[in-house]
Amino acid sequence: MIRLTKEPIDYHALTEAVRLPACGAVVTFLGTVRDLTDGRVTVALDYEAYPGMAEKKMAEIERETRQRWPVGEMMMVHRLGHLDIGEVSVAVAVSCPHRAQAFEACRHAIDRFKELVPIWKKENWADGSTEWVHPGAES
Amino acid sequence: MTVTVRLFARARDLAGADTLCVELPAGATAADLRRRLAAQCPRLAPLLERSALAVDEEFADEAQPLREGSEIALLPPVSGG
Repeated sequence: MIRLTKEPIDYHALTEAVRLPACGAVVTFLGTVRDLTDGRVTVALDYEAYPGMAEKKMAEIERETRQRWPVGEMMMVHRLGHLDIGEVSVAVAVSCPHRAQAFEACRHAIDRFKELVPIWKKENWADGSTEWVHPGAES
Repeated sequence: MTVTVRLFARARDLAGADTLCVELPAGATAADLRRRLAAQCPRLAPLLERSALAVDEEFADEAQPLREGSEIALLPPVSGG
């Protein structure tokens, strides 16, 4: 299941939601707001999405992950809006029969997420300035 | 035809608007739209070069013909996660 939310992500509930009797392994990845980027101090991040397409791409990533690994259940949630340091911006929870599959499936899902899903973050630097993050050459 | 392009993140800040309306000849492609956007809003040009275009919530090929009424979006390099 996939979801965009403006509320804090309950990663315990998310992890519980993928637990199944047939799955002996659960991997949960959390992306959290870091206070330093390239030596600069961040005080908060703002996340924005192109919601319809973001959900569509997240659903594609779930389908693709399920085709490649024997996933019992998976949950992918991204938070939008203003996040303080340490808050959870993204969570991916995956259950599989065995741990190698669960680690690989979760890794695949978050890696593809970061490539494909139209979501952007804006750094709120300690000096009061802000900057959208668009990886690649400086423009 | 007139198409409306949704803008996000720094693209929106550069253009100073959530959307831009662009006049294109019938049969124009995503590449044509890209050129027209750069001419209409030169401040966008450097970011535009490394942004994707989406048509109806799917990444568009440069050769893809556009239709009036399609939902078109300019997607700067993503940074979710």
